[in-house]
This record gives sequence, C-alpha cells and structure tokens, in this order.
Amino acid sequence: MKLHISSDGVPIYQQIFDQIQFRIMSGQLRAGDELPTIRGLAEGLRVNPNTIARAYRELENEGLVEKRRTTGTFVADISETRSAAHRRRLLVPFLDKLIVQSRQLGFSINDLTDQLLKRDAQITPETREP
Amino acid sequence: MNSTDSSELAVRVEHLSRSFRGKLALNDVSMQIPLGSIFGLVGLNGAGKTTLIRHLIGSLRAHSGQVLVLGHDPVRDPEGVLKRVGYLTEEDSLPKWMQVGELIDFSRAIYPTWDSAYASRLCDAFSLSRRDKLQSLSKGQRARAGLLVAIAHRPELLILDEPSSGLDPIARSDILEAIIRTVSEDGRTVLFSSHLLDEVERVCDSIALMHEGQIVDALTSEQLAVRYAEVVLRPHANWEQPPELSGYFGWKRSGDEWSVVTSANHESLSSINQHASVVEQRAISLTRWFEARVGNDAERATVRSAQEANIHV
Repeated sequence: MKLHISSDGVPIYQQIFDQIQFRIMSGQLRAGDELPTIRGLAEGLRVNPNTIARAYRELENEGLVEKRRTTGTFVADISETRSAAHRRRLLVPFLDKLIVQSRQLGFSINDLTDQLLKRDAQITPETREP
Repeated sequence: MNSTDSSELAVRVEHLSRSFRGKLALNDVSMQIPLGSIFGLVGLNGAGKTTLIRHLIGSLRAHSGQVLVLGHDPVRDPEGVLKRVGYLTEEDSLPKWMQVGELIDFSRAIYPTWDSAYASRLCDAFSLSRRDKLQSLSKGQRARAGLLVAIAHRPELLILDEPSSGLDPIARSDILEAIIRTVSEDGRTVLFSSHLLDEVERVCDSIALMHEGQIVDALTSEQLAVRYAEVVLRPHANWEQPPELSGYFGWKRSGDEWSVVTSANHESLSSINQHASVVEQRAISLTRWFEARVGNDAERATVRSAQEANIHV
C-alpha cells in the first residue's frame, strides 16, 4: 500500500485510517484482502508501529477490518446498506465545506447544485480519480 | 503517564544539573524513557540535548542528580551500560584512517552480542564494502557505517544524537528505518534527538522539549493533538501587540491575521471573541507547537507553569 504521510498537524494514525478507509469504501480493497502487517507498514512508512496499530484498531472498531488470530488483518465483509450509509458519511465533511464556502461566496443552494451538475458533466469523460 | 516502576524504564534521569565554568547547562532535568518506546528529544541548538545525552553514555558525570540507564549508573558501571547501548552522533567521530572492515572487526571485539550475519546484511543493504576507507566515503556513507556499528550488536537502547544533520534524504530514511526496526523487532528502546521535527513526529511515541537547559514540556504524540490546537484569528481592531490571555501563547502575525497556540478545549475561546473573530481552529503540528514553546519571552510564563505541573512522560 502506498500511503502518504504529511506533517500538517492531522494526527498520523488518522491519516493512515482515512487512507485505508477510503480504499475499502471505494472498493480498491475488497472483502478478504489482507492488510500489510503492522511491522511491515511501519518500516515501509518510517512510522512508529504503535501509530499503525492504533489506526488498525480504529479500523477494526469501525468494522472495516477484522483481525484473524495468528494470520493477520483482513478487510471485512461490509453489507451493501451499511456500506452505502458509510460512504455517504465520508462525504459529509466535504459537503459541509462546499456549502459553507459557497454561502460565503453568495451562492444559493440551487446555484450550487446547478454548478455541481455542470461540473460533473465537464469532468466525466476525461479523468476520474483512479 | 504516571511515574513508572524503574524496571520498566530504559532511562531514568532525576534532578540532573550540570554547569560548565559557572554557566548552567542542565537545570534540574528529570526524564523517564519507558522500555520499548521511541523517545524524541527536541530543542534549539545549545538547549542542552547533547550535554544530557553525554550523561547517559557516561562521558559526563552528574554534578547533582541521578542518571540510570538500563538500571545502571553509566559513570560508575560503564560495563553494565555501554555494551547494551548503541550510539550514533552527528559529528563524524569515526576513526577515519580505518577501513569499514576494520571498524566492524573492532566493534565486534567490543560487543559480546555482536551479530555478524546482521552486520553483513547491513553492509550489503548500505552498499558498503569492507575495503572502503572511511576517509574516502561520502558523508552519507560514513553515517551508514556509523549506524551499522551502532545497531549490529542489537543494543537494548539506541541513542541517536542529531544523526540526520546534513545528510541526504535517502541516508536519513535509512536511519529512520533502523529506528523503527529497533523497536518493532523486539521491543528495544530508542532515544532520538533531532531538530528535524517531521521525522520526530513520524517515529516517536513521546517527545520532550528542551530549552535553556530545562525540559519545558513532555508529552506523548497523542497528547499533543489532545492538549493543543492552533487558532487563526482576525482582530476586531488593529493590534500592535496581541492581548495577554492566559492559555494562549506563541502569537504569530501574518498580515491582518494572527495565529496562536492554545490548550485545546480551552474554555476561553469565548474570551478571545471579544477581541477577534476566529477564522479557523486546526490540529497542531509538532513544528507549530515547538515554535510557540521556544518562541519569545512572552511565553516563558506558560512554559514555567507547565514545568511546575511537573509533567513526566
């Protein structure tokens, strides 16, 4: 896994949690896929093993991964409905930011939805986040 | 963390003071490093980090106070300490007339726990040849040779004193990897002194900040995010000086806006509201905390009160 760690104040375990969560919710990691070992990921990222362990613990608490004794950590099987709700929740902070900023710039929510649709049409044929 | 049983500590320093020609270099320093942790020591140049470390490896004797490393006094019982400690410093202290192979043989003779297979694996990984003369190596390669002899006896405590200064990013990354391996393999302990704060933030469990010979703050990486936050403000009226508000320190101006560090969950975000509007409250980076802590005289009071609270890690 090629994770990226920045030093802008977001706790490192949170950055790792977010990036793995996104991979799971977007289907890049599928149910049953094995996560790297804590030690392997710590050495690869040059990050404290306890930090990795904490991120894994939080992923486990969220039901996104499961530890299997002696074998390792695996992506959990997430039901369709739960996954949809979860995915929507991931979008909330971005929506909040978008709404606040567009209000500050003086756009109504209808203006905003128009712009969203227009923009979506513009970027659809070309690049999409891989 | 509360003070821990000595047997769970790799390092215990109690009320250590030291002066050179009447000038106080260490002023009542107390510090505990739990076994199995990566402990970061940060501070400006001249803050006293190296002086403190030299007490840990027994090259300076405590004028007052006590130093225990792996349960032993490093001055009175160097045998009990030095064989179990690995040490790498920034300055090029290796005997430059030696070849890498001679350095390895020499170190193997000193350390009973020397792991020859590990040493040759490191030699390969670092692209070092036994026949290389230390003198003719680049600074980065010499640092790798120093790292090799600091870790090939698998020390219980690895002490790194500004090991990364002036090194290229790849050599720095090799050092970080060695740090992580040291703890992840079998729970050994690392003391990492550095002013590369993003490196410290990545690898350390807990961090102590030295300033003018004192440890002015000590916390775990998790506590940093919980205890402190950075707030960006826009004053209602133009400020010549920021207002004096308790719990706010490290003021920094950028045009019309000010950034300040505050205790997170500070009840007095309302107290600031009468002076300024809050643009943003954000998670604090180690760098911002460091800067605020050692910044200017206005903050000394805060720093002192933290110390009176006698925070131990």
